[in-house]
Parts: sequence; structure tokens; C-alpha cells
Amino acid sequence: MALVDRIGAALDRTPGGIILTSVDAVVDWARGRSLWSMPMGTACCAMELIAASFAKFDFDRLGTFPRPDPRHTDVMVVAGTITRKMAPAVKRLYEQMPDPKWVIAMGNCAVSGGIFFYDSYSVVRGVDEFLPVDVYITGCPPRPESLQDAVLQLRELIATESIAPGVRRQRELLLPTSGDLSFGQRPGVVDEGESG
Amino acid sequence: MTMEVESRREVSGEDDLARQELVVNVGPSHPSTHGVCRVIVHVDGEVVTKAEPVIGYLHRGIEKMCENRTYLQVVPLTDRLDYVGSMYANWAYCRAVERLASIRVPERAEYLRVIVCEMQRIASHMMALGSSAADTGAASMFIYAFDERERIVELFEELCGARLTYNYVRPGGVSFDAPEGWTDRLKDFTNNHRTALSEMDRLFFGNVIARGRMKGIGVLSAEDAVSWGASGPVARGSGVNWDLRKHDSYSVYPRFDFDVPTGSNGDAYDRGRCRLFECYESCRIIEQAAAQMPEGPVKTDGLSRLISPRPGDAYDHIESARGSLGVYVVSEGGPRPYRVKFRSPAFCNLALLPMLAEGHTLSDLVVVLGSLDPVFGEVDR
Repeated sequence: MALVDRIGAALDRTPGGIILTSVDAVVDWARGRSLWSMPMGTACCAMELIAASFAKFDFDRLGTFPRPDPRHTDVMVVAGTITRKMAPAVKRLYEQMPDPKWVIAMGNCAVSGGIFFYDSYSVVRGVDEFLPVDVYITGCPPRPESLQDAVLQLRELIATESIAPGVRRQRELLLPTSGDLSFGQRPGVVDEGESG
Repeated sequence: MTMEVESRREVSGEDDLARQELVVNVGPSHPSTHGVCRVIVHVDGEVVTKAEPVIGYLHRGIEKMCENRTYLQVVPLTDRLDYVGSMYANWAYCRAVERLASIRVPERAEYLRVIVCEMQRIASHMMALGSSAADTGAASMFIYAFDERERIVELFEELCGARLTYNYVRPGGVSFDAPEGWTDRLKDFTNNHRTALSEMDRLFFGNVIARGRMKGIGVLSAEDAVSWGASGPVARGSGVNWDLRKHDSYSVYPRFDFDVPTGSNGDAYDRGRCRLFECYESCRIIEQAAAQMPEGPVKTDGLSRLISPRPGDAYDHIESARGSLGVYVVSEGGPRPYRVKFRSPAFCNLALLPMLAEGHTLSDLVVVLGSLDPVFGEVDR
């Protein structure tokens, strides 16, 4: 294969071109190493989220620093059960975060509803019903080390991203439109009005 | 969503100056709302004229779920109620079931229950003191207090393998005996903890800023505390000498020598200080219990995994870190409870917020809320 063809093929493989890949490397390095977190702690997992930031675990050394204001943050850590009453507030806080943004679902409740999956009438079965989740951590609650591992995994994920136009947009297309919070039917529950 | 203005309304003051009454929404996700509490605050200038807590953002239907579980399967659900003090809900539920099914508990298990619950009280009070200190701006106090909590969590992990949701107290005993050398490490902890407590007392309660922020804020009279059903450090901060461990004593508590610290002014400062002194008393109880603990089994032999009590009902209450925690269990004779009801102290204490916050500034609202120490898993259930 001629050299020109090889360069052409390489350009096709790298969206945005060769110059952008080295810029991407720098940008991804910077983004992955200062992930300020929006602690969306609603229930038990919030305690482990706090424990991860304090002495012994020391989240700061990974560049992750909790900020209560969504406008300062890059990653939302959804730690705890999300109920149907809370979900619109979580979604609105997510929308207030500036791009680029990521979501970590911490704990079984945020992953799937956890212990409340089968017979609770008010719990959202997993935060991925209305948010695009990047990293899932299981556990009830997960240990602080798991949360730190999730940040390291998120860092690897960020390293594959590009600032080229069109690359990040694909993720945003997966988002439900604002205000649309129609949750799926609960598993194993028959609507009594219809079966009547 | 953290804090925003809901509406404005012109009000005329006595001095004929045009004023606006603002309705400000605080929460449900706000760093100082201690979980997912939303407070709708009416303010005149900066002074709160009315504060309405809106609860239910963490309502998970635990009481209803209990009806689908066997008696033993309910215990992990009680962990998730008051997640800062899981052992209390475990124990209160197990006591109600033991009363209903007439289950005898070995003496060593009773001692272990007392020890873990007093450790849990310290852990919970450390969290309460730390977060209410962080609300007043003393971030370093939070770090010191959480460090102490972390040591207790380590001991719990050694005991039952979990850091937060223990599932340790079961009907008929506890799940595991203490491992080798655990009581020695417990003794080291209580010795170090006393030093840490006096350090925290000087660091935070002796600090002029904390005194200025907390003294005279959210004053609750003893009469109001009784008539509103407040319990725990919220009632004792107002001088109500009421502690179920002393005044409706249960388990092996009558064998221990301890005091019930009470406050006199009923403000946020006294409630916080009450929690601090309770930690000293908990250290005393832990040391006495560890010294008196007999050898023997920690579970009742021959207890079926499918407990089916006779039809009837039972109520039992214990003194949790937040106050009187009651559990009411109704049985129809089957392997599942017909109804489980939790009387949550945090819910009753949170009801005081509108009364206590009125007349204070918006920034004092978070101090009042922090001093009531609500845990929303328990408030919403």
C-alpha cells in the first residue's frame, strides 16, 4: 500500500484528524485527573461517599473533590436510592452540570433498585432509566475503594474520548428530552385496573 | 435546585415601608439538608417567618415490603432505615419479634448487642456533631469526628464483615461472636476516644464562632419537647431527663453504671453538647459490658429459620441515637408479619423544625436542622 493511502486510512480512523489526537491526549489527561464530583448522596451510600473523601481513603489524591454546586462539577456520583419523587430533581441537577459530564451509579439501588427491586412501589429501578450512566459500582453499600476504582475506570473511559465534533454528541442523543420522565412498568406487577 | 426563589409578594410592614416576602426553596439536594429534605422557607428580608419541611423524597415503602418477607428477611431491610445507626433498628425489630415469638436470647448475645449499640451511638453522634459543625463552617471538626467514626466502622467490619449495613442482630441472638482480641482493641478505642472527645470539645464547643452560631439558636422549652413527642438528645438538651436505657430499662442495661447528660437551655449548642457527653457515657458502658461479658453461645439453639409466631402483636422500643425507636409487629400466625410499623424518633424530632426555625435567619435554619439530626431513611421509611 502506498504511503499516501496509508495516511488516508489513518485519517479515516481518527475522527478530527491526526493533529487532534495529540490534543485529545492532553485534554483527556487533564479531564481524567481533576474530576470534581457532584455528590448526589440520597441514602446509605452517601455515608461511604463521605468516607471516601476523608482520612484513610483520601479521594483528593485522585483529583476528585466534592462540590455541592452542580455548575462546578464534572461527574455526578449517584449514591443511594432514587425514588420517583426524587428523580426529577436528580435529572434537573444533571442538566445543570456543564459539558463534558459523566455519571457514576454507586450502589445496587442506583444500578438497579437493589434490595427494593421486586416489591417497592416508589423506587426507580436504576438511575439509568433517566441518566446516561458511565460506570456502575455494585455493593450495598460499595466500599470506598470501589468508588475510587470507579474513578480510575472513568479515567480510562475518558482517555478514549475525543474533542472532535460529533464524537461526544452520540452520547447526548441517548438522553431523554427534558421533562420526559416516563418510567417503565415495574417488573412482576400487573396493573389491576386492566386485568380487572 | 439547591436554593432558589420560588415567589415574591409585597407585604406592608408596620413602619409603612414596602417589603417583600420571599418564598425560598431549600433542597431536596442541598449540602446542609442532611439527606434529601426539602424545606420551603418564607423569609422577610433574612428572617424566617415560616419553614415547612417537605418529606418523602426517600420514601421507599420499607414497612410495606416487610409484609412480603419472612421474619428473618426483614432484618436487612431495617438496616436501611436509619443508615447512620443500623444496629438500633436491627435490635428494636428483633426485640419485638422475640417478644412476639417468646424467644430467649443468650446472655452473651445481650452483652454483644449492648456493646455494638453503644458503639453505634458514638458513631452516629460523631456523624451528627461533624455534619452540624460543617454547617456552621467548622470543616476541620467534621474531619476529626469522621476519623473517630471510621475507627468504629473498622471494629464493626471485623465483627460482622460489613461497614455500614450490618445485619448483625438477629432474632434469637447475634450473627457472629466477637473475634479473638476484639475486646482488647475495643478497650484501646475507648481509651483513645476519650482523649479525642475532649479535644473535639475544645476545638469546636470552646470555639467562639461555634458558640456564636449555636447558643440561643432554636430554643426548645422542656414543655414543648414533651408535648411534641421529642426524644433523645433533642429532648435531653432541653432538660427533659428521659432515657429509655435508664427509665424503661431493657436488656442488661440495669447492670451498668452510667449517667444521662441533660442540657438546660434547649438550644442547638446544648443539644450538640449533650451528644458529646453521651459519647463519654457510651464509653463507660462499653468498658463495663466488655469486662462483665460472660462466655457462652451467641445464638439460641434450635431456632427455626422460618419463625412463625402465634397470632398477636408486640411493641418494643429502645433508645437509639436519635431517641425512642419503637417497632410494632402484628402476626397472623404465618411465616410473614402481617404489619410492621416503625415509630421513628427522627420523624418526630423533624416536626419541631417549623417552630424552632421561626424568627431566626436563613443561615441559622441549617444550624437548627443539624442540631435535630434527622436521618431521612428513617423519617421517610
